[in-house]
Amino acid sequence: MVASKTNGLKRVVIEPVTRVEGHGKVTILLDDKNQVQQTRLHIVEFRGFERFILGRPFWEVPVLVQRLCGICPVSHHLAAAKAMDRIVGGEKLTPTAEKMRRLMHYGQFFQSHALHFFHLVSPDLLFGFDADPAIRNVIGVAAKYPDLAVQGVMMRKYGQEVIQRTAGKKIHGTGAIPGGINKNLSIAERDELLKDLEQMITWSRAAVKLAKDYTLQHLEKLAPFGSFDSNHLSLIRQDGAMDLYHGGLRAITAEGQKIFDHVDYQQYSEYIAEEVRSWSYMKFPFIRTLGPEKGWYRVGPLARINTADFIDTPEADAALKEFRAATGNKTCNISMAYHWTRMIELLHAIEKIKELLHDKDLQGKDLVVRGQRREETVGLLEAPRGTLFHHYKVNKDDQVVMANLIVSTTNNNEPMNRAVQKVARDHLSGQKLTEGLLNHIEVAIRAYDPCLSCATHALGQMPLVVELVDPEGNLIDRRAKGM
Amino acid sequence: MSATIEFVIDGKEIQGQPGQTILEAAQQAGVYIPRLCYMKGLVPHGSCRVCTVLVNGRPQSACTQPVAPGMVVENNTEKVTALRRNIVEMLFVEGNHFCMFCEKSGNCELQALAYRLGIAAPKYPYLFPTRDIDMSHPDVFIDRNRCILCGRCVRASRDVDGKHVFDFVGRGPHKRVAVNAEVRLADTNLDVRDKAAEACPVGAIMKKRVGYAVPIGQRLYDHKPIGSEIENGKK
Repeated sequence: MVASKTNGLKRVVIEPVTRVEGHGKVTILLDDKNQVQQTRLHIVEFRGFERFILGRPFWEVPVLVQRLCGICPVSHHLAAAKAMDRIVGGEKLTPTAEKMRRLMHYGQFFQSHALHFFHLVSPDLLFGFDADPAIRNVIGVAAKYPDLAVQGVMMRKYGQEVIQRTAGKKIHGTGAIPGGINKNLSIAERDELLKDLEQMITWSRAAVKLAKDYTLQHLEKLAPFGSFDSNHLSLIRQDGAMDLYHGGLRAITAEGQKIFDHVDYQQYSEYIAEEVRSWSYMKFPFIRTLGPEKGWYRVGPLARINTADFIDTPEADAALKEFRAATGNKTCNISMAYHWTRMIELLHAIEKIKELLHDKDLQGKDLVVRGQRREETVGLLEAPRGTLFHHYKVNKDDQVVMANLIVSTTNNNEPMNRAVQKVARDHLSGQKLTEGLLNHIEVAIRAYDPCLSCATHALGQMPLVVELVDPEGNLIDRRAKGM
Repeated sequence: MSATIEFVIDGKEIQGQPGQTILEAAQQAGVYIPRLCYMKGLVPHGSCRVCTVLVNGRPQSACTQPVAPGMVVENNTEKVTALRRNIVEMLFVEGNHFCMFCEKSGNCELQALAYRLGIAAPKYPYLFPTRDIDMSHPDVFIDRNRCILCGRCVRASRDVDGKHVFDFVGRGPHKRVAVNAEVRLADTNLDVRDKAAEACPVGAIMKKRVGYAVPIGQRLYDHKPIGSEIENGKK
């Protein structure tokens, strides 16, 4: 949404939207009648990982790049490890190595999705988008719904423990190495994880129900909230099953027609391009054949649920069928449906963890394979927030000489901008701005679980400044909190 | 040579042999004196000053000072530990030591020493020097960001390998480890089996493609602080 001319418009700025992983801000331009003329979600932090890993040894990269994030570092760890597998010719992992990595990955999905739903989003859902911010936070949830708050904490803890036993540490471990893994799962470690497994499954079922019931009960309000038609993209297994760790790329239209399918991600750059816009450090990816105007797409739980033919664990597959029934078996384009689909994935992750913990391959001793050396590589997987691309070139001296990362939140850049625009137009136009109304904007952003959502809700301390400026640039109104 | 030399470290009576250094005699008696540039089998250098002890009240490097009868040595006291902490902190800030992704983490003597000395964060400002990484050799690389100029590689190559691959050039802040070739490590006669390739206490000279093969929990200093093997009489 671009205003034809910006002179004489009032400018509302929400800055920062966050403290973590990309300081974001939202700008909204209003005309004299307070009608929204233009909205933008700007990502104004510059990270530079792609530059400062140049020259480093390639085996260092899976450990180094995960420092991009403290919430889902495993995604970067594994995407880079998958890329470096190909550098050492070890992409055909041993069963032990692949299953250990998958266990680590599902552990991360479990903790990340639980964190987002219970800690960051539940206050909006339980208290309402414009409830008093003093209670619309995780402490408020703990006071009014203590069982739910405890579940959120314990589920996150469980996921972190899975990561610790596969990567060596809860955050920023070293498990995946080029061509394999550096440890297996001991019987003692397995038994530790089995102890709380059934409880986690029970709580996951309840979380799916909570998200489903909330969505269906409020469907009239949620369906149009920050919603728009879009393409969807994700990895997909050869047989069409959802696969979070490996597969080919599938893209579909808003109506569910396939744009491409089972694309070998080593050739991703023939299918996906990135556009740079002057007002954001985050690039705008799009599908080449459709161009930047029509080729942008969504990633993450909603996109994966839309692209998958089925889920290969029984309870999550049943939950998928329920979701499909609710959407009339059509591709779902409702932004707020992300929450329900995210919880279906949570259930899928814990089912997968159960399957793996009973697999004796995890106690195998064959951990690393090496083969034909390569100099260029792409590692790709589904991170909790969506498809994650790592592309590297490595020279003969083992140094990284090129890196390009398209992180999940980057893929959702245009969709988040669209969601902000939709909400601003539907809810803010002609209104007096209040904290509650501005939170509507953030609710829409939060649905996408961007990395920049990390700090937005914690303890109700989201730093936020909104300034209302008249056409002459005079400050008319200013609201600030958490600064 | 059989006569023993009796002296005291932190109130404990130690019996050393003539010709032994304070560090060697202490080690034999199960007393750990922190060190970085010292390495068993290499000629002591006395350059890092981490093993500094107070001998009759005067600072001396324990790795070079021979034992003498009646010495009163201060080692594990707050005064000496504070001095060592300063030295180790300065080593951290004058290089680029990023433990969080360094493959030597858990096996690094500098990092382990910092933990043992209770250094949470340096109080001196980081210098963030611009240093290079030489990846040209097929099996070994030098990351000068992590070099602490201990000279263990220099002595190992010269005295054990008989090659003289490494030596120091420059002075003061410009001092660095150079190689016996125009520029590149690849053009030297270093072999991956050389003592010099495994003498580095930090992550500056490393064997290639080993990386993080040892999982967290099984690394040298994951469970016990550096020096505990000496205190437990295993070395």
